[in-house]
Amino acid sequence: MFLKTVWQHDLAWSFRRSPVTVVAAILTVVCVGAALAAPWLAPQDPFNMAALNLNDAFTPPAWDERGVGRYPLGTDNQGRDILSTIMHGARISLGVGLASVFLSLVFGVSLGLLAGYFGGRLDAVIMRIADVQLSFPAILIALLVDGVARVALPAERHDDIAIPVLVLSIGFAGWVQYARTVRGSTMVEREKEYVQAARVIGRRPLAILLLHVLPNVTGPVLVIATIHIATAIITEATLSFLGVGVPATRPSLGTLIRIGNEFLYSGEWWITVFPGLALVILVLSVNLLGDWLRDALNPKLR
Amino acid sequence: MRALLLVLALIAAPVHAVTLKWAAQNDVLTLDPHSQNHATTHAVLQYTYEGLVRYTKDYKIEPSLAVKWEEVSPTQWRFNLRKGVKFHDGAPFTADDVVFSFGRIKQPQGTNQIYVSGIKEVKKIDDYTVELLLDGPSPILLRNIVDFRIMSKSWSEKNRSQNIQDYKAKEETYASRNTNGTGPYLIKGWEPDKRIVFALNKDWWGKLDGNVTDVVYTPIKSDATRVSALLSGDVDLVTDLPTQDVERLRKDANLRVLDGHEVRTIFIGLDQYNDELKYSNVKGKNPMKDLRVRRALNMAVDREAIKKVTMRGLSIPAGIMVAPGVHGYSKDIDLVPKVDPAGAKKLLAEAGYPDGFEFTLDCPNNRYVNDEKICQALVSMWARAGVRVRLNAMPFANFIPKILNLDTSAYMLGWGVQTFDALYSLQSLVRTKTSGADGSFNQGRISDAKLDQQIDALKITTDTKVRDAMLREALITTRDQAYYVPLHHQLRPWAMKKGVSIPHSPDDRPQARFATVK
Repeated sequence: MFLKTVWQHDLAWSFRRSPVTVVAAILTVVCVGAALAAPWLAPQDPFNMAALNLNDAFTPPAWDERGVGRYPLGTDNQGRDILSTIMHGARISLGVGLASVFLSLVFGVSLGLLAGYFGGRLDAVIMRIADVQLSFPAILIALLVDGVARVALPAERHDDIAIPVLVLSIGFAGWVQYARTVRGSTMVEREKEYVQAARVIGRRPLAILLLHVLPNVTGPVLVIATIHIATAIITEATLSFLGVGVPATRPSLGTLIRIGNEFLYSGEWWITVFPGLALVILVLSVNLLGDWLRDALNPKLR
Repeated sequence: MRALLLVLALIAAPVHAVTLKWAAQNDVLTLDPHSQNHATTHAVLQYTYEGLVRYTKDYKIEPSLAVKWEEVSPTQWRFNLRKGVKFHDGAPFTADDVVFSFGRIKQPQGTNQIYVSGIKEVKKIDDYTVELLLDGPSPILLRNIVDFRIMSKSWSEKNRSQNIQDYKAKEETYASRNTNGTGPYLIKGWEPDKRIVFALNKDWWGKLDGNVTDVVYTPIKSDATRVSALLSGDVDLVTDLPTQDVERLRKDANLRVLDGHEVRTIFIGLDQYNDELKYSNVKGKNPMKDLRVRRALNMAVDREAIKKVTMRGLSIPAGIMVAPGVHGYSKDIDLVPKVDPAGAKKLLAEAGYPDGFEFTLDCPNNRYVNDEKICQALVSMWARAGVRVRLNAMPFANFIPKILNLDTSAYMLGWGVQTFDALYSLQSLVRTKTSGADGSFNQGRISDAKLDQQIDALKITTDTKVRDAMLREALITTRDQAYYVPLHHQLRPWAMKKGVSIPHSPDDRPQARFATVK
């Protein structure tokens, strides 16, 4: 019964009608599934240093004549199985992506609600800060936050805190979009009768914001968030590619691409190509899903 | 007839400019020749500043600013200086400059005192004669002073550069940005991290052994970019090749790869001084003080695998702390411990660590060939013996102050031997730490009274036979006590365009005066 309702829902209908979206969804599910199940599915635990064998390093993919079946996509320069490392790396990439999007979302939506609802000086201050931040590329802000955190925190703890710092820096770099969108919608909602009614009966602003305004501005936010996941994964990959992201002993997709990049000249293409491919597939499918969601939720396009 | 003469004159005067464009990873730290004991800085500054003696192509000592010398007594050497030599600013070179430079290089803010260690005083006899008065007889005096470079007294005083810059405090002086030496090339300009441009010193006293009149040195940090620059012809010579690209460059018809070793040994140092290992989960004691632990760490390292995979064959697995080519090295004592993770585990259990222990390894990531990759490989090799290592990799500029401040439990370092004598390594790395040249890089603060005694005796023993036996014994003791974890001696192929010929130098200092570019 429930399934039937879902099946007949508008969104499901538009989903079924778009083959690209279906493929994107399947790919996303495969990527996320592989990442989540990496500890059980991956042939090797690339983070268990004792399991690595340097003598196995630079093994080409299995279909190459020098390849071995144990390493289907070959190994990197430390003897890590590329397939397992991609699965574990995608886990880190996805985790960092989702966590930082959540952080931007919470931060951006709160500020947007406050700015839109109260207006005046608070609005001006928040939005000018947003304007200033918009004039810097997100990657630059992430680098800045990361750099400051690294200097401020003791060096020997860098490995433990690298991932939270990364989440914080990417999350902080992305709040503006949410704040702007939510502010706009809030300004519209603020003038509507139900909000005015709530105000008249004496509900406190916080309650009005959270219980009445927020549910009515979430649509666009979800769309931004979906597309933003892809951007956040790319930002994480870029930071790791530049060598300021996750520690080298726990590589994410970006780190893998950076490591492999050094060996392009010498012919060990698989170290960089497969993680790169994985990153493209993951980001592209999440992006396509986001695009579809945007179109599906837009009444003007229906 | 006249036309023929003109043609002959033209042929006889080939004064057109020939440029050698050389690239490597590092930039120089300073232009002050007394400030920093850093390989690239010395490699570049020796074009401009000269010492009393210099190396020949095959690393024999030959006269440079001194034309001859005699041992008046074992602690008194007399040097006759070359007459008619001019500094690049035109001032004549005299004994005053030698006395001045000696006082300058000894200043504590520099790190080059080791090149005059054992010299008590430099005495001017007349304008072209000086005497070096020594603390004791010195078997390696001439090799030591190769890198003791002479600056002009009048120029330094005029430009208020009598003192070495305080590098750690980021001080700049006139002499750290400008040069005035006696050497074959003068520095026309240094743009940090971009290029150094040299031009021929037309008044140089010596004779070029090649045809290079101009040199451009370009530091290129990125491995891939450096190789691309060579392939595209932007540079003529690259002296530090990424190991993974060497095979490909060998196959390139337009290039020539010159093989050679470097007198540099890469090793891991261990804190053997603190009563509690600072960056470790072991509390109340220091496992590195235990010989069994140090031996276990040595046994767990598969140096052949590092050679084969990480270095692509470009290293010699090391058992002792000096490289082939250094006086005192001998193949029969350079024995690599057998790879035995299980044995290492057993030794650790005997030492009281049946479940291993944890420590942090500090590692530079832009100084030695594949430094960070080697450290990563070590982490997994030690993990197999049950030792969990946290890798703390950082740029050399952050690494070196941390190590100099002794804020480390284990660290990777490479030690090149400029004097080509093993005493240099033993004195810097093994001798108990003092504020001077003794133990200057003994950052694990190893202190072995017997070795100290041997090293101090080595400094003043002149009987070659006796001394060689002592060197051998000291190197063996250092090896058997596992004071360090030696990893390998670096091999350093150079790649150059077909038309370039330059002798490979084990101290990694290409000599432009020996180079020919067609």
